[in-house]
Amino acid sequence: MKVQINPERCQGHGRCYDLAPGLFTEDDEGYGQVIGDGVVPPDAEREARIAVSNCPEKAITLVEEVRG
Amino acid sequence: MTVDDRFVRDFRETQEEQLGTPTEIITGPVSDWATDFSHLEPEWAADPYPILDDLRVRCPIAHTDRFGGGWLPTRYEDIAAVAYDTERFSSRAIIMGNYRPPKELAPVGAVPPISSDPPFHHDARKLLLPAFTKKEVAKREEATRAFCHSLIDSLEGLEVVDAARDYAQHIPMRVIADMMGFPPEDGPRFRQFVENALEGVNLPLEERMAHSAELFDYLLEQIRDHVANPRDDLTTYLIDAELHGRKLEPSHVAGTLALLLIAGIDTTWSAIGASLWHLAKTPADRERLVAEPELLPTAIEEFLRAYAPVTMARLVKQDMHWRGVDMKAEDWVLLSFPAANRDPAQFDRADEVIIDREINRHVAFGLGIHRCVGSHLARMELRVALEVWLERVPVFSLADPSAVKWAVGQVRGPRTLPLRIG
Repeated sequence: MKVQINPERCQGHGRCYDLAPGLFTEDDEGYGQVIGDGVVPPDAEREARIAVSNCPEKAITLVEEVRG
Repeated sequence: MTVDDRFVRDFRETQEEQLGTPTEIITGPVSDWATDFSHLEPEWAADPYPILDDLRVRCPIAHTDRFGGGWLPTRYEDIAAVAYDTERFSSRAIIMGNYRPPKELAPVGAVPPISSDPPFHHDARKLLLPAFTKKEVAKREEATRAFCHSLIDSLEGLEVVDAARDYAQHIPMRVIADMMGFPPEDGPRFRQFVENALEGVNLPLEERMAHSAELFDYLLEQIRDHVANPRDDLTTYLIDAELHGRKLEPSHVAGTLALLLIAGIDTTWSAIGASLWHLAKTPADRERLVAEPELLPTAIEEFLRAYAPVTMARLVKQDMHWRGVDMKAEDWVLLSFPAANRDPAQFDRADEVIIDREINRHVAFGLGIHRCVGSHLARMELRVALEVWLERVPVFSLADPSAVKWAVGQVRGPRTLPLRIG
């Protein structure tokens, strides 16, 4: 599972890096950034879902990875 | 290097005289909220939520002939649509009253970037963002906490305190004065500026112009002091800032300072006051937060949802049929984030305050390109203000519920809040 931020939608509310600081951080203007490759460790899945469901701009998506 | 002479003359003297459009002043009791709404009447100030809930069911977009004509969408979906649609709704004016500023002010507006439209808006906003990130405002937390403690120290021994007047208002005043490099003892003047700008929006035009002149006289005085004595604060930053290879227009510098001063104060003051009001009348929530301080950030989001202080406004750009109503060019649209936040189509148990609400996609700080630039600062101040209060004053209640007075207009919060301590 991976998290992604749509930069077209993100307005820098910062709910993601408030609620899931292990997965998201802010850039120099306060816009949300995915940390690293965005892969969500199993123990952070709940945190990821909370971040997704609290983003006022609906800018975050969870992508279920298809294993080959 | 040339001397910065942009502020030697009063920039207002060299501006071309641009007249806006005043409209008839209509006050007095509202006949029907669906067709005659007013955000300036006491009934609205005292409790707007039943009005908004009723309109959402039976309209859902209310109209008024007051203020030269305006609309009030009440559903989350419609409010979000207006916030995102900068093509059809302009931010040239964001405070609905008896006066529309001249069209020539667009796309900059009087107080950029909140009054700006694309494409100008983006770059004017970008100038401010780095100073207001979560990381940057965290540097002010320690000083804010110490100031909150000093306010509580000054209440020592009192049985009844006015938490709006003696606590909530001072916190954002001090923080924003520090950020801007304005004298902290000017707080009473800031309060007057805030009341004039946000509540005095239906006064005779001459009075409104005089109020605006007082604010800009003060700002020009501060700007000149900073030109003479530059320092590490937002005022010097804006004086030195460049946009598109040039220093900012003097009216841009002053307008942005006006915005930061007004919007930085009354909003957070309102949010702190409304949160304390809720806790004073809801002992179970107060006791739970005293026992579980780690829940406070979640509770704060719920206070922001349920008691969102800020309503914005827009102006309709052209005549159009929009979601079932016929809007005319220059009609106001009141963008009620409080109404959006209580829409049951968007929130479960929307009319209840649930301090551990985990999913809370509220829009207290707006949506889209005009998201409140100070939201991280506001959240820090609100958290620190409530942490210190609950730590120092864990037991309190409303001393006299009928004595609580709420601000009229587009920023709603308690202006008188007598609390019994202990």
